[in-house]
Amino acid sequence: MPELIRQFRDFFVSLRLTVVLLVLGMVLVFAATLDQVNLGIWAVQEKYFRSFFVLWRFGDVPVPVFPGGYFIGGLLLINLVASHLYRFKLTFRKSGIFLTHIGLILLLLGELFTGVLQEDYSMRLEQNVPKNYSESFRENELVVIDVTDPKFDDVVSVPEERVAHTDAIQHPKLPFRIVTKEYYPNSALQARPETEAPGTPPSKATQGFGQRVRLTPLPITYKQNERNIPAAYVELIGSAGSLGTWLVSADPRLPNQRFEHAGRTYEIAMRFLRTYKPFELTLLKFSHDRYAGTEIPKNFSSNIRLKTPDGQDDREVLIYMNNPLRYSGLTFYQASFEPGNDKVTILQVVRNPSWLVPYIACTLMTLGLVIQFGIHLVAFVGKRRAPRALPA
Amino acid sequence: MKKLIPLLVLAATVLYVARTLMPVKEASAFKVAAFGELPVLVNGRVKPLDTVARSSLLQLQGRQRVSTPLVSEPLVATPSEWLLEVVFRPEKADTFPTFQIDNPDLLALIGKTEDDIKIKYEKTALKVLSVFGFVPSHFRRFSLQELTPHIRTIQEQAKLADPIEAAVRTPFQRAVMQLYGNLVHYQRLRHALVAPGRTDFLGDLLKFQDNVVAGVAAVRAKQAGQEHDAALVATMTEIGESFVIMAESTNLLVVPPDADNNDPTAWKPAGAALLETFRTGRVNSTALAYAGLAHAWRNNQPEQFNKLIELYRAEIGKRLEPQLAKVGAEKRFNVAQPFYSSMTLYAIALFVGLFSWLLWADVLGRSAFWITLVAWIVATGGIAMRMWIEGRPPVTNLYSSALFVGWGAVGLCVILEQIYRNAIGSVAAGVIGFSTLLIAHHLSLSGDTMEMMRAVLDSNFWLATHVIVVTAGYSATFLAGFLGIIYVLRGVLTRSLDSATADALTRMVYGIICFATLFSFVGTILGGIWADQSWGRFWGWDPKENGALIIVIWNAVILHARWGGMIKQRGLMNLAIGGNIVTSWSWFGTNMLGVGLHSYGFTDAAFVALSGFVASQIVIIAVGCLPFSLWRSFNRRPAASPAHPGAAGASVASGS
Repeated sequence: MPELIRQFRDFFVSLRLTVVLLVLGMVLVFAATLDQVNLGIWAVQEKYFRSFFVLWRFGDVPVPVFPGGYFIGGLLLINLVASHLYRFKLTFRKSGIFLTHIGLILLLLGELFTGVLQEDYSMRLEQNVPKNYSESFRENELVVIDVTDPKFDDVVSVPEERVAHTDAIQHPKLPFRIVTKEYYPNSALQARPETEAPGTPPSKATQGFGQRVRLTPLPITYKQNERNIPAAYVELIGSAGSLGTWLVSADPRLPNQRFEHAGRTYEIAMRFLRTYKPFELTLLKFSHDRYAGTEIPKNFSSNIRLKTPDGQDDREVLIYMNNPLRYSGLTFYQASFEPGNDKVTILQVVRNPSWLVPYIACTLMTLGLVIQFGIHLVAFVGKRRAPRALPA
Repeated sequence: MKKLIPLLVLAATVLYVARTLMPVKEASAFKVAAFGELPVLVNGRVKPLDTVARSSLLQLQGRQRVSTPLVSEPLVATPSEWLLEVVFRPEKADTFPTFQIDNPDLLALIGKTEDDIKIKYEKTALKVLSVFGFVPSHFRRFSLQELTPHIRTIQEQAKLADPIEAAVRTPFQRAVMQLYGNLVHYQRLRHALVAPGRTDFLGDLLKFQDNVVAGVAAVRAKQAGQEHDAALVATMTEIGESFVIMAESTNLLVVPPDADNNDPTAWKPAGAALLETFRTGRVNSTALAYAGLAHAWRNNQPEQFNKLIELYRAEIGKRLEPQLAKVGAEKRFNVAQPFYSSMTLYAIALFVGLFSWLLWADVLGRSAFWITLVAWIVATGGIAMRMWIEGRPPVTNLYSSALFVGWGAVGLCVILEQIYRNAIGSVAAGVIGFSTLLIAHHLSLSGDTMEMMRAVLDSNFWLATHVIVVTAGYSATFLAGFLGIIYVLRGVLTRSLDSATADALTRMVYGIICFATLFSFVGTILGGIWADQSWGRFWGWDPKENGALIIVIWNAVILHARWGGMIKQRGLMNLAIGGNIVTSWSWFGTNMLGVGLHSYGFTDAAFVALSGFVASQIVIIAVGCLPFSLWRSFNRRPAASPAHPGAAGASVASGS
């Protein structure tokens, strides 16, 4: 074997590499945990774990300062697989170590799959109002809905990223272009007073409620219990010129804005990105139990009716803490509630095709560790017994 | 003789513990202990009034004893007696110094200067002692009477601090919020049983009972615009208002559910029960009983007091028997204070164990073992008692995790000591047992340690699996770290670390790290599964999860470095000490970040303690890195030891 390849192999199968990677991983996890105070849990995951390098910005130049989760995890995976292929011997003494590391490989792969495949949404249900879609926690969409036919809505959805870039959007279903005039990643709206202070610039909106509303841009929030409410002024330009400028905002309290064009009726709105489901859920009753004489929550539960349009499923389910509903590849958790409103429940909806992988991985690893340390323990006890057997 | 002395020590230790289980003699003719056993529902749990008294005192002033530095006798004999004074004779209780204030800015706010709070001892001996901190040099606790003129200012400052997030408050803001919370807490106690402003509440209630039917009729007549007895209406309104104030000012639900009510949680505040009189026409018997107790207490009538408690107990006993059994047991548990006895014994075991390395190794070593064992059994009993009272697995909050970490580590030490018999197990047990119980004591200052579990944590299955296993992982990692410290300090500072002991320590540390790896890994994984069950993700990079992960990685680093020959005996020890840093950060540091789903146990002052601990561990690791020529155990002259200095060093460096 040529010297170079041997060196290469020795590098990848060495325990030294394992130890170095583990230490790097530990430092990465520690730094990421501390940075959660500044960035919040989501941004930290992107910056530290779902990246090859942790980047720091010096001015506008991103500089890699530390290996990221994919880098360390990937190398660790190579190191693990390589050294097992290289040193593999099927003996009982090694079986514990072998099982543990197979489990670890699975766990790392599972985490990778989860990172790539997992989607999670929130679902806010009002009592007795059926709902067949969930909403994203972070992403938003601009929608233009053709509501001319009362039997169905024809929805054109534009992702927030497209809205953020100010180029014009043209869609075959729409007889007009959408031009973003201004975009704010986070904002607050408030009603303009009846009599405005002199010198206040008029609203940039010429249509809809935007004319009566003042928009205040806000900094982007990373807090776990807050979400950004983006807003934009969008102009619709038809073949015969501008239809006007609307203010759209993802603020869930706002209604869709309706307008007529070329004999058809449309609605325009910005909203939390929706995903439609092949079934509908209806909240029958939400319960929020507290301990006697306190405000300490004891349990939250939602009694829900699950129904599919084909009538295959029509049943009641109870979702409560530590007891989610798993249905059609999705898992529904009791996530939150609206203080003071017992007619609303908020569920978290997760799609994670690889959710079983960690369970299998962990079983393997636990078994492996028990075997491995069990062998040590038996050997240790045996060694201590031996000298005692001699006459004192 | 060698066998006899350890057995005598064992007997003395058992006697010491047995003494704490004996009933305490009453200081006066009043059966104060029986009062402390009466049940009350607070924060979702039925508990004895004694628990309320003790946790209140800990919260208000950081200790259960009520006293002033200038008088050697305590002001009240027991916490229950203090509570009696607060509820029945507030004019006296208001003069007790029970509000602890340490923040200098807050002291200034209530008009205390350095000169005001300096204690001026008469005796020279006390003066000298105070300089060295053996007796307090400053007043730290103040009475409500002293605070009353400043209540408005305190309230204003608290209002300013209130909207600020707890994590970013300044020390002054935190101190103000705490003092304000304590004042509110005190008010709640005062309004729990009788209306505080009235000198003869029993007389008022009896009069009220006689007039209530006519009174209600008079009020109705007034509302209907008919002729009515204006004086009677005024009396009714006035006493009704005082009931409303009572009902709204307290969170102590002292009136048990009515006999015909099947809901075991339907307890009421005394004020609410009294308000029902307007509807029922009969004053609630519990409220009346407490008014009677107040009367007897104020007028120094012990016979009536004792008789009334007996009657009241008998009346509620019929309905509440199973609950009362627990309440009574909790009272006795409070009085016995098993964790304080255990803490004392651990400290003694530590010193006996340390001395055994210098002289009489066998006698002192065995004695230390017995003391450790008794202390551990006492702690076991205490933990078991808490589990029974709460109906929960042992670890439910930060406080009980401290108890359990200590318990687990000492349990391992007992096993190690039984195998190796070299007092290392006892010394490690002494240090870890004592310090974890000390940590637990500080954590208990925030109130009752048996809290109700918030919704997502309300799962005995996961508390019994994930939490227990992960905490056992903490125990083991700490134990390995403390064994490492023993290795380094004995090796560097004394000549007592011979190679047999060093090898034994190495095997112990290695074995314990294997155990720690297994438990912290399995515990972390179980946590992931719980998270998947309740939050929809197996792993969310939450600070507490990351903390647990770091412990697992650290243990894996140690094992791989050892298998790969990168570290030998000394490296193993130094890395094991590093495990202390990692574990303490994961246990407490992550809670201080103030983010994440797990941050349910937050304490401020702990930050200083944590930093100090981490610094001390770094220093010990640095000491452990000194060249072997500076280690007293390894640099023996050839004359003193048959081993060549180089050989000794080499044998250590090459490991076992």
